[in-house]
Amino acid sequence: MNFSVIRYVCGWLLLVVAAFLALPGLVALYFHEEAGFALLWTILAAAAVGLLLIIKKPKNKVFYAAEGFATVAISWLLISVIGAIPFVISGAIPRFVDAFFETVSGFTTTGASILSDVESMPKCLLFWRSLTHWIGGMGVLVFILCLLPLTGGSNMNIMKAESPGPSVSRLVPKVQSTAKILYAIYIALTGAELILLVAFGMRLFDAVTLTFGTAGTGGFGVLNTSIASYTTAQQTIITVFMILFGVNFNAYFFIISKKIGAAFKNEEVIAYFAIIATSVIVITLNTVHMYENVRMAIHHNAFTVASLITTTGYSTVDFDKWPALSKTVAVFLMMCGACAGSTGGGLKVSRLLLLAKTARKELKRSLHPDIVWKVKLDGKVVEHSVERSLNTYMVIYTMIFLASLFVISIEGYDLVTNFTAVAATINNIGPGLSLVGPTCNFGFFSDLSKYVLCFDMLAGRLELLPVVLMFVPATWKKF
Amino acid sequence: MNIIIIGCGKVGQTLAAMLVKEKHSVTMIDVSAERLAGLNDDVDAIRMQGNGASISIQREAGIETADILIAVTGSDELNLLCCVIAKRAGSAQTIARVRNPVYNDELNFIKEQMGISMIMNPELDAAREISDVLRFPSAIEIEQFAGRRVELLKFKLLPEFNLDGVTVRDMDVRLKANVLIAGVERGDEVTIPDGKFVLRNGDAITILATPAASEQFFKSIGMKTNQVKNTLVIGGGTIAQYLADILAGMHIDAKIIEKDRERCDYLVEHLPKATIIHGDGTDRGLLDRVGLMGAQSVVALTNVDEENVILSLYVKEHSKAKPVTKINRLEFYGMLNKMDLGSVIYPKYITADHILQYVRALGNSIGSNVERLYHIMNNKAEALEFAVKEDSAVTGKPLMELGKNLKKNLLIGCIVRQGQIMIPKGQDMIMKGDTVVVVTTQEELGDIRDILR
Repeated sequence: MNFSVIRYVCGWLLLVVAAFLALPGLVALYFHEEAGFALLWTILAAAAVGLLLIIKKPKNKVFYAAEGFATVAISWLLISVIGAIPFVISGAIPRFVDAFFETVSGFTTTGASILSDVESMPKCLLFWRSLTHWIGGMGVLVFILCLLPLTGGSNMNIMKAESPGPSVSRLVPKVQSTAKILYAIYIALTGAELILLVAFGMRLFDAVTLTFGTAGTGGFGVLNTSIASYTTAQQTIITVFMILFGVNFNAYFFIISKKIGAAFKNEEVIAYFAIIATSVIVITLNTVHMYENVRMAIHHNAFTVASLITTTGYSTVDFDKWPALSKTVAVFLMMCGACAGSTGGGLKVSRLLLLAKTARKELKRSLHPDIVWKVKLDGKVVEHSVERSLNTYMVIYTMIFLASLFVISIEGYDLVTNFTAVAATINNIGPGLSLVGPTCNFGFFSDLSKYVLCFDMLAGRLELLPVVLMFVPATWKKF
Repeated sequence: MNIIIIGCGKVGQTLAAMLVKEKHSVTMIDVSAERLAGLNDDVDAIRMQGNGASISIQREAGIETADILIAVTGSDELNLLCCVIAKRAGSAQTIARVRNPVYNDELNFIKEQMGISMIMNPELDAAREISDVLRFPSAIEIEQFAGRRVELLKFKLLPEFNLDGVTVRDMDVRLKANVLIAGVERGDEVTIPDGKFVLRNGDAITILATPAASEQFFKSIGMKTNQVKNTLVIGGGTIAQYLADILAGMHIDAKIIEKDRERCDYLVEHLPKATIIHGDGTDRGLLDRVGLMGAQSVVALTNVDEENVILSLYVKEHSKAKPVTKINRLEFYGMLNKMDLGSVIYPKYITADHILQYVRALGNSIGSNVERLYHIMNNKAEALEFAVKEDSAVTGKPLMELGKNLKKNLLIGCIVRQGQIMIPKGQDMIMKGDTVVVVTTQEELGDIRDILR
C-alpha cells in the first residue's frame, strides 16, 4: 500500500471540495445568509489541510488496484465529513450524525433526507445539498483525474473503483481524456436541462438545484412537496432528463463519434428502455382510477418509474398509496437501477442482463452437461472472470442487505419500512415505502441505524468492493 | 498522434510505454486476452483483444484516424498482412517487424510493393550492433551518426590511461584530440560534463568524434583499438546467423556453438565461412576444447538470459576475450551494468529505439527531423541526429549566444556541413542544411528547435 500517493490525492480532493464549497458561498452572498460563514470556515479549513497534504509530492505515483480502492473509500468518507461541517456549524442540522447522513446521502446521489421541513433551510445550504448530488454523480475522483497530472494508466484503477457498473472501459486511449470526455458529456446534459427548465418558467434557484439532483440522479428537492408543485411541462422535462442521465454514457460517446448504430444496438440501453416502457404500462393499468384522466396517469407514472429506475427519488405523487402490484413493481425498479456507466445507482441493468444470461447458461448445462456455451453481451463473449466477479458481487450485496436489514429491525418498525429503507439507501434511491415513503423522511431512525444506512449508501454508490475492502486488514498492509 | 500497436510481446509493450510517455494515444491489440490481462497497468492505453489483421478489429481500434500502425506480432506474415490491410483501410503509416532471414534480401521489394513505410529487423540490427563492438573491442557501446562519419563511443576509464583527477579542459589541452566528452556515468549518475568536470578512474565515458579522431585519441591515452581477429559465438540463432555473415565481410573468424543438430546443418549450409560446432555452449570442457583461451571475443547469444550472463562472467574471469552479452528481458535493465559484463546488447531496445525515432520524425514532417535516435548511457540520455532543413531561431547564431537559452543538460555534439565534420566551439553556428548531433538527458526532443528553452 502506497500511503503517500493516497495522501497526495486526498490533499487535492480537499482543495477541489473547497473550490466546490465556494459556489454555495456565492449563493449565501447573493441571499445575504449568515450560514455563509459556516461555509467560509469550512472552505478555509479544507484548503489549509489540503495544501499541507500536497506540499510533499509522492515519489511513486503508481496506483495499483489496492491503492485505487483505498483512495476511493477514504476520499468518499473524507468528503462526506467535510461536506457535513457547514450544516453543523451553521446550526441548520445541529447533530453531526444527521448532517453526515444528509451529506452521504447527497454525495452518493441517494437523496434520502432526515429533514422534515426543507423550505426552512438556508438557501445556500440547500444549494450545497444539491451540488453534492452533481459532484457525486460522475464521481469526484474522476473529476480530479481530469485536473491532476497523475501520469500513467494506473489511474484506471481509481476510475474502475469509483465508476458505477461492472465493466469500466476507456473511451479513448488516455484515462485522463476519458475522464474529460465523460465530464464534458455530463456538463453538456446538465446545461441542456437547466436551460430548458428556465425556459419553461422555473425560478433559477429551483432550476439549478433540481438539475443537479437530476444529473446526479440524486433526488434532493428544495420544496417540501418534492416535485409535485411544479408545472406538468417542467415535470416532463425532468422525466426526460432523469431517463437520459440513466443511460450508459458510452452510448453518448458513440453518438458524438458518429457511430450512431453502435449506440442504439447496445443491449443494455435497449433493455433499459424496455423495462421503463413495460413498467409504465403495468403501473398505469393498475392505478389509472387514481388519476383524473389517462394522460395524467401516464405522466405521473412515467415520472415515478423514471425516478425509481434511475434511482433519483423525486416524486410527484405519493406512490406509497398505490395498490400492492404497483408498489411491488416500484420495489423491483429500485433494485434494478439504471445502466452501468451512467450516474444512476442500483444493481444496474447490464448486471441483471448478465445474471439472467448466466442463469440460462447454467440451466442449459444441467440439461446437456457437455454443452459448450458462452455468455455474450453486445455480441461479445463475456469472460468467465466477469461472470465470477458478478456472482461475488451479488453474494456480497445480499449479505450487506440482510445484515443491514437485521440491524435496522432492532428498532421495531414494520418490515416494509425496514426493507425499503435498506433498499432505498443501498440502491441510492432516497424514498422507500411506508414510514420512509415519498412524503416522509429518515429522521426518526436511531443513530446506529443512520450510520448503518450511511454505510449502505456508500457501499451502494461505490459498487461495494472499495467500502468492503476497507474492513479487510490485508488492504492496509504494506506487504 | 494516434498509434495502433498490434502484438503485445516485449517489443510491443516497450514501445507502448515509450510512446505513451511521449503523449501519444496508443491502442494495443493482441489475440491473447490472457497476455493483455497480464500487461502492466501503468501503460495508459486501450487494450483490445482480437486478430490485428482483421479489418473489423482495426476499424474498432480506429484505423481511419490512426497516424501510425505498428505490427510486432510473432509472425512476419501476419505483421505484413496487418500493414497491408491498414494501408487500405486508412491513411496510417505502417511499420512491420520482419525477422526471417529468408525475406532479408527482399525487404525493399516488399516495402515498395506493399506500401509499408518501415520494416524492422531486430535480429539484423542486433547483429550489426555486435559487429560494431567487435570492430572496436575496447568500447562498451558504439553508435553511428551522419552516415557513419561520426561515432559515439563509450569506454571505461582505466588507471593505465593516467586521466584520474584530470579536468575535461586539461585533458583537451594535454591530448590535443578533436573529441568531445558527451557524457560521464559514475555509479547511477549521468552527467553531461563542462570543462571543469574532473574525471575519475572507473567512470564510463562517452565520447563523440570522427572515427579517425577517436583512433588518434585512444592511441594517445594508450588504449588498444584493434578489431578482434576471431570470435566465439555461443548459440546459433538468427542473430548469430546475421552476425556470422557480417563478420565474414570483416575478415573476422567466427566459430558458432549450437545445441540443435538440425540447426547446425542449416547454418553450415548458409554460412560457408564460419565454423559450426555441435554441442552445449555452457559446457566448460567444450568451451576449452574449441579454444576459449585463444578467443579474442565471445558473444553469448543463447535464448536464456541467465546463461548468457553466466557465460560472460566466466569468460571475463578465465580468459582474455572480450565478452558481449545478449539480454532479451528488459525488466532488470540497468542492474546488469553493475556486473561488468562488458558490452550488453538489448535487441528489444534496439527495435523500440528505431521505431521511436521514426515516430518522432513523423511527428513533425515539416521542420527539422530526428534522423537518428539512440538511448545511451544506461538509458538515461538520448543522442539524436537532426537534419536542419530550414532557418529558425537556432540557425545563424553563434552557439555562444544560444548558450544561455539552451535547455539544461544538453550538448550540441557535432555539426556536419557539406561532409565536413565540426566539433563545435562557441563561435560556430548551426546553418540550414547542416546535420546536428545533440546529446541530452531531456527526453522528447522532436525538432532541433526543441533544444531551446
